Amino acid sequence: MSTAAAIHPLWLRLTHWSNALAVIILVFSGWRIYNASPIFNFKFPEGITLGGWLGGALLWHFAAMWLLVANGVVYLLFNLFSGRLKNRFFPLRVREVFGDLLAALKGRLAHEDPRHYNAVQKLAYLFVMLDTLVVILSGLVVWKSVQFPLLRELMGGFDNARIVHFFAMAALVAFFLVHIVMVALVPRTLLLMTRGR
Amino acid sequence: MTESNPPAKLDRALLMKDAMRELSAPTRRLFLRRALSLGGLAMLSGCSISNDKSVDSFLKGVSRFNDRVQGWLFDPNRLAPTYPESMITRPFPFNAFYARSQAPRVDGDSYRLEVSGLVADKHSWTLPELHQLPQVDQVTRHICVEGWSAIGKWGGVRFSTFLQRIGADTSARYIGFKCSDDYYTSIDMATALHPQTLLTLSYDGQTLPREYGFPMKLRMPSKLGYKNPKHIAALFVTNTNPGGYWEHYGYNWFGGS
Repeated sequence: MSTAAAIHPLWLRLTHWSNALAVIILVFSGWRIYNASPIFNFKFPEGITLGGWLGGALLWHFAAMWLLVANGVVYLLFNLFSGRLKNRFFPLRVREVFGDLLAALKGRLAHEDPRHYNAVQKLAYLFVMLDTLVVILSGLVVWKSVQFPLLRELMGGFDNARIVHFFAMAALVAFFLVHIVMVALVPRTLLLMTRGR
Repeated sequence: MTESNPPAKLDRALLMKDAMRELSAPTRRLFLRRALSLGGLAMLSGCSISNDKSVDSFLKGVSRFNDRVQGWLFDPNRLAPTYPESMITRPFPFNAFYARSQAPRVDGDSYRLEVSGLVADKHSWTLPELHQLPQVDQVTRHICVEGWSAIGKWGGVRFSTFLQRIGADTSARYIGFKCSDDYYTSIDMATALHPQTLLTLSYDGQTLPREYGFPMKLRMPSKLGYKNPKHIAALFVTNTNPGGYWEHYGYNWFGGS
């Protein structure tokens, strides 16, 4: 039965939760790494970091990065070749984004059909895909600045790549927080993302 | 390229330093406890986490995999960026696992660099002998594992030149270093032969100062700071990975940039 078919296919649910795991490990270990030499005038509370010390945090970070990248590649390939990327996210019109944003702020954004994303969702999910790409590329420069000269110059040098990496992380965390609030407001989306229907 | 555990060095001074470090820095035990608390998270990925040791060995396993990836990514002909002298970071930061005042005092006159392992000529080198070899200098960025970086000017002998002079077996895999401050580390042969890898004797045109590693520091702009040994007393060419001081605690062995 077509109506009983999963709204979120299995590959999407798997890559979603693998990505969540990778991001959580990377963010919390990344904060510990940041604390070893803060870029700005603050540190993250060590109680909410992962790794226990710089070396431990680095081990977590450089393990979870593979999960993020491998999972991201699988997600993108499925998304592209299943046609989901095109169907779900496009067309994306500026006017609709503003309209839906306004409706959302007034608490009047409809969620009747979870098979369609509203314009704000489309924008948010596309943004987080791009942001993840920025996180990965800037991270690659922080990790191997000598081996990736073009990417290094694109990021404005080693020191600047750290700043780009930081803000890309901050944007990812901001998305995550809004994402959690939205799931709390529309709890059945959590069900959709776990059992598919 | 499997990394064996560095042999435990039962040296009183070294043990003391380790103990001091354990007291002052966040401990390994804490790391393991945190790792355990994250065990539940790791279950989501399908890994079976039975105890904290398995998490630790899994992460160390990935780190060894990362060594291999970095060895594969390393391009022997790719140069690290160099900078004009006006960009040198002043003052250049001091960094070690001890305070500046505790940096070792090495007597330059009686100093001998010991050479051993897979080399044809095992004679020990005096500083004047090293100064007679062709000297080069370069202004490069030092990148610390902590995330900060600083630009400095180091001068000395191309390490590839030195390895050639001692008749090193350049098909061997590793070069190990033992330092006067009980630090030890090791590098891969490809990095050792890189044109920017220098056995430095000077910093910013002056004899290498005590706090920057007198009498000698191996400077590699393609590796993180902790891979650049200071106060080198002995080096050896080997096919057995000698590990390193920080590497023993969990820093990545390749430590490339």
